[in-house]
Amino acid sequence: MTYFADVGALARKDLLLELRARDTLPAMLLFVVSTLVVFHFVLPAGSSDLAATGLLWVALLFTALLGLSRSFAAEREQGVIDGLVLAPSDRSAIWLGKALSILAFLALAELIALPAYGLFFKPVGAALVAGVVLADVGIAAVGTLLAAMATASRARELLLPLLFLPLAIPIVIGGVGASVAGDPGRYLGLLGLYDALFAIICWASFEYVVTE
Amino acid sequence: MAAAIALIFFYAPLDQDGLNQKIFYFHVPIALTAYASFGWGGWKALRHLWKRDENADLESYVAIHLGVIFGLLTLVTGSIWAKYRWGHWWVWSEDQLVLFLVLFLFYCAYFMLRYSLPPGPQRANMSAVYALFGVVLIPVSILAIRLSERFIHPVAFDRGGPNMAGSQFLTFCVCVVAWFAVAATLYQLELAGKRLDIRLRELREALQE
Repeated sequence: MTYFADVGALARKDLLLELRARDTLPAMLLFVVSTLVVFHFVLPAGSSDLAATGLLWVALLFTALLGLSRSFAAEREQGVIDGLVLAPSDRSAIWLGKALSILAFLALAELIALPAYGLFFKPVGAALVAGVVLADVGIAAVGTLLAAMATASRARELLLPLLFLPLAIPIVIGGVGASVAGDPGRYLGLLGLYDALFAIICWASFEYVVTE
Repeated sequence: MAAAIALIFFYAPLDQDGLNQKIFYFHVPIALTAYASFGWGGWKALRHLWKRDENADLESYVAIHLGVIFGLLTLVTGSIWAKYRWGHWWVWSEDQLVLFLVLFLFYCAYFMLRYSLPPGPQRANMSAVYALFGVVLIPVSILAIRLSERFIHPVAFDRGGPNMAGSQFLTFCVCVVAWFAVAATLYQLELAGKRLDIRLRELREALQE
């Protein structure tokens, strides 16, 4: 059970840092609300609600990217990552702890974004919420690993969207499908499959990203 | 390869599409070759992570490099075909084309990643992990795109086996073999070139010391 204790400690560290410094979360909240306002003006009068649903997913995806690009900033600037890698615990615990804290940030951002979307555009259905929850898991799992890669590269924040967006296409298809289709079950299934597959492969391969 | 081209133009019968159906013999084998290259690159990446095989990193990179070139060819031939068949250069509802666009973007990002990392074991590890992601992404994307699009791509293979006349199928097989042979030759050539490059750099550094 020490593995889960490590994971818990790492996730708690990130949340505590955020609580003290408030670096990322306010930026994410402000970003998602202002994007929704911009989208109101992007859509000409009389465009369908379906277009607004699609744009909601764009807003969520870019908000997640914003949060992810800062996620390893503290580790990089203070050199914490070397200490974590040297610590006597499984390296995948670093990934899991970070992914959990990202998941918490995303959930908090969406706690604001979805009611705002309901207020500005149209009420939010249960299938949309289920799609968002499943998509968050996938975004947090894949995004954390890619953020760790991007942090090590020269291009840093620039590289993350390039690495992430092609991998996020199945998430977008599943999420938009779940929120607009008559039978969301198949799309939710796709999201669940994506989450399971990529969580396993990220969990197994994170060690190679941070070690040599 | 020459045999394949000869068969395409002189042996295979025309179907209702006329001459532009000939591009089928280029498009589909090239697409299969690209898949095979990506798969081979992923396999080598797995070998690198698993067995700590030093050469596998370079082999994986070369295979993916070839896969991207063949992927680009698939996009070009596919959109020519789409132009003749459906009258548009780009058809979003054709899932093979969309899939190749996604994969093409993904593997372009692979190159961005590779070139923004300093050479060394960490770059090899990260490239390998990203290449493995690609291999997982292919089936997930196929599923996702199938779900998201209407299915209007002409189905050449169905459950009852190949949906083609015998002579067409023979030509098709010869084309697949020919493109695989081209890809394998290019792979060996590129690999030999890269290895020579590395050896040369090592020798030059040794001379300077």
